[in-house]
Order: sequence, then structure tokens, then C-alpha cells
Amino acid sequence: MTTPATTYSLAELMICAASEAWRDDGEVLATGIGVIPRLAASLSMLSSNPQLLMTDSEAYMVAEPVPVGARNGYQPKCDSWMGFSRIFDNVWGGKRHALVGPTQIDRFGQANISCIGDYAKPKAQMLGVRGFPGNSISHANSFFVPSHNRRVFVEGEVDMVASVGYNPARLARGWSLDEIDIRLIVTDLCVLDFQGPDRQMRIRSLHPGVTVAEVQDNTGFALHVAQDCPTTAAPSEAQLQLIQRLDPHNVRASQLKDNPPGQRNLR
Amino acid sequence: MDKRMTTAEMVGQLRDGMTIGIGGWGPRRKPMALIREILRSDLKDLTVVAYGGADVGMLCAAGKVKKLVFAFVSLDFIPLEPYFRKARQEAAIEVVEIDEGMLLLGLRAAAMNVPFIPTAVGLGTDVLRHNPQIKLIASPYADGKDWVAMPALKLDAALIHVDRADVRGVCQITGPDHYMDDLFVRAAERSYVTCDELVDSDYFHSAPERARQVYWERNLTTGIAHVPGGAHPSSCAPLYGFDVPHFKAYNASAQAPDGWQAYVEQYVDCTHEQYLEKVGGLVAIRQLPLPVF
Repeated sequence: MTTPATTYSLAELMICAASEAWRDDGEVLATGIGVIPRLAASLSMLSSNPQLLMTDSEAYMVAEPVPVGARNGYQPKCDSWMGFSRIFDNVWGGKRHALVGPTQIDRFGQANISCIGDYAKPKAQMLGVRGFPGNSISHANSFFVPSHNRRVFVEGEVDMVASVGYNPARLARGWSLDEIDIRLIVTDLCVLDFQGPDRQMRIRSLHPGVTVAEVQDNTGFALHVAQDCPTTAAPSEAQLQLIQRLDPHNVRASQLKDNPPGQRNLR
Repeated sequence: MDKRMTTAEMVGQLRDGMTIGIGGWGPRRKPMALIREILRSDLKDLTVVAYGGADVGMLCAAGKVKKLVFAFVSLDFIPLEPYFRKARQEAAIEVVEIDEGMLLLGLRAAAMNVPFIPTAVGLGTDVLRHNPQIKLIASPYADGKDWVAMPALKLDAALIHVDRADVRGVCQITGPDHYMDDLFVRAAERSYVTCDELVDSDYFHSAPERARQVYWERNLTTGIAHVPGGAHPSSCAPLYGFDVPHFKAYNASAQAPDGWQAYVEQYVDCTHEQYLEKVGGLVAIRQLPLPVF
């Protein structure tokens, strides 16, 4: 896995960066909602964490990740039934780490997929809170942001807190922030985590060619920046081969606008 | 024992202001023939409880919904349900927006005849701020924490579509997921079920593994209607997938002036037999490919 690739797309860089989220998780259910998050979980199961569990994105647990798109004869290797009711049994037991794509994220890591604007009469109604409240209070979560900007990383709180974050003002009696577990935020500019002082959001690594100033300018709140901010690791040739196997129809190429390269010139 | 009814008779037993639970999930195994029957009726002021898809969208578009209890409304491959969206953005409906699992627990509490089930789900979120009727409760045990007391979601009626049933109300779901349909049935005073195929009871007796695909007891089934293709345009796996072109046209109708009216004239103001003909016939429905994820 070690020979770094010289040419790769931004989508592939993000898949590899996000796959790191599960490296030390052991035997948990990895859920990635959307093409890039699903490929990230799949890649981790085939490389950094073979103990992971995944589903066929419908109703079965599978022994190996199911390739994205038309199956062309591939038969998923079903281990067990995993319908929606049983997914909640798993969620509430805590043995899961999900990578999801919120519409808004705030400095506490609170996230929103419900609606934008005034709750009584939203400017834009989206999906609804879905499983975000239960996921966020029950197990580890990471976020995927295809376009890092101030509309996503909002200045105040998100418009509808669907997912709990490290916000002491919203803790229920007897609960502690230690019971909330938000890991990585993988964007098109960088990887973020909450390992700054007092769980402040921190730049964990910058994608090649991206500056701290660019990330900060596109974020509605102050980020913690370590003295030496590393560059996000380039995908290895072996990782790219696995990604190709997991996404034989190259659906990943249509996930980010204009499918930009992973190595960008300094802007 | 014969529980057969027409869908019109089923809807005739519903009343204005009732709380109605709808089985299925997003664009999957929705009792759409029953929904169209409601659209043709004078029913109004409904409280609808659902893992929502076009069932919710259509009921919103027709002004049937007073209040919606939901975690999402989505057609999956079309993420945002157009008529639900419109109803929300025009503040046309009251909402109780909760987590998918809270909805499950509310149905389960109703099914168990308990007033609530304690859970962590919802803590710290705006679900509690926007739903002050959902209370916290202090644990009586050593953990010393507050928990969400998810209240029972009691239903006046549940509307469900299944693959097969017999006239006594033994219902079989062979698809990969029965979703929360069993809980909807258990949470409801009465359950009205449409089926793609009506079978003799011997169908179950001749192959016991089929009895494992029966998720509630027949005494919970109030009425059975034989409606082939009754889930269309939603799916009824493994019999048929969802109708992607139909959903796309439905979605586009929301952008057209009088689009909903045109949809109603085309697909609602007719008998089920006429509906089947308009969407290409039962044979074509049964050939709709199952979705691949």
C-alpha cells in the first residue's frame, strides 16, 4: 500500500482520506452514505481494517464490500439478514461508525440534513432528520463535505440540530461530552477533527495545494491550526487498484463537479 | 372467516381527523392503491405517520394532511419529495419531525400498550426543541441521567401492502425487508391490507418457510383487498421494482403549472383497472427491474 500514486483525482484522495476513519475501530459496522463515503468504507474493509462489517445497502450483511453500480453477475456474499429494524438494534448497541454528508455543520460538530431557514416555514425543506439523532448519541460518526464553504460550515449553530455535537449547552442532565464521538470531517480542501483545545475543530491535514488561509476563509468559525499542518497522504497505487475494483464503472468520477485532480496548484 | 373488502370500503371506514400509519419505506412497498382511494375520497385533516415517500407527497398535494409524523420523506433516487417539500415550504402542514428510531419506538410503545419507551435518541437535538410534547424523564436507577420518554404513537388505522395474503388475513412479505410494517399493524386499532396476490390458506401450509415470512397474527388484520400492482409506482420486491420513469414524471409535475391537477386527472380519477392500463399494464409492472444499490 505504500507506493504513492503520481496521478489521482480529488475524489480518490477523499476516498482514501475518509477510509482512515475506520482504521482503529475493530469489528464495527461501517456505513458510508453516498458514493464516496461508501467507497471509503469499502476501501477500509479491504485494507486498513479487514474486521469491519458492511451491508449491501439494502437488507443483508455482506462478507466483502459490494461494488458500486451495475453488478454484472457479481453476487453479494450475504452473511446475515440486516433489515432496517435490525439496523437500529445495531445503532443503539453502539458498534457502528457512520460517514454521512450533512448540509450544514457548526463549530460544535452539530449537523443538519433537515431543512434550511425558519423551521415553521423553511426556505428549503430537505430530507428530515432521518437517523442523525440516534446515530450521533449512539456511536462514532464522521462527515463528508464535497464542497467546503461557509454555507456548510456555518457561523452560528446549524438551522436544525439533527445530530448532536460537542455543545455543553445542549447536554442533558447526567450526560457528558465524552459520550459523543465525532471523528473526522473530510472535505474537498482538507481533513478536520476535534482534537484542538477543548474539542475545537482542528485542521488535521491539508489536501495538496490547499492553504490554511483558504480553509479558514471558507469556514464560518475559527479553526485550530497546529504548527506543522501535514499534507493529506496521496493515495497509493495499491489503494487506487482497490478503488477501481470497488467502483468498476467509475461512478466516483461524477461525484465532484468537473472531477478535479487531487494535486492542485497553489491558488 | 373472510376479511375481503374493496379499497373503497376500507377508506369508507376511515374518518376525518384520524391518525393513519402507512407501511413501507420511501419508494418501497407503499399501499399506493389505498392512497389513491383516499385521494378520491372526502377524507380530511389526517395525521399521517410514515417512513415517507410519494404516499406522503400525494396526500400533502391533495390537502389531506393536517399533521405529519415523520423522520424523512424521500424517493431515494430522487432525494427530495417534491410535494412534501412544497407543503413544508408553504407551511401548509403541522409536523412532528423525529428520528427514524424514535418513530420505531413510538410504534412499539403503542404496540406494547405502554405510554412511552425511554431512549437516548433525540437528546441534544432540535427534535426536542421543536416537539415540546416529547418529555425527558429522570432515570429511577443509579445512572442518574435524563432520558427521552418517547411517547406511544397510537394509530387509528394502518394501511399496508403485502405480496400475498389469504382471506383470513394471513399476510406474507417475501421481499428483503418487511420494514416496520409489523409495528404499524400492532400500533393500530385496525389494519387494512392490500395484496398483490390472494392465495388459498394451503399456500402457507404446504411450505412452512412461507409462514416465517408472516410478521403479524391474522387477528391484527382487519380487512384484505386483492389489488395486483397495488404498490405501484413504489416497489414490491421481489415481484417488481419501483417505476423510475413514473416517479420522474411525478417529480417533474410539481414544477409544472397545474401539474398536480394533471397528475390527478391522469392517474387518480380512475378505477384501479384503468390505472393499471395507463401505466402499461400489470405485466409491464411485474417486469420493472429491482433497484441495485
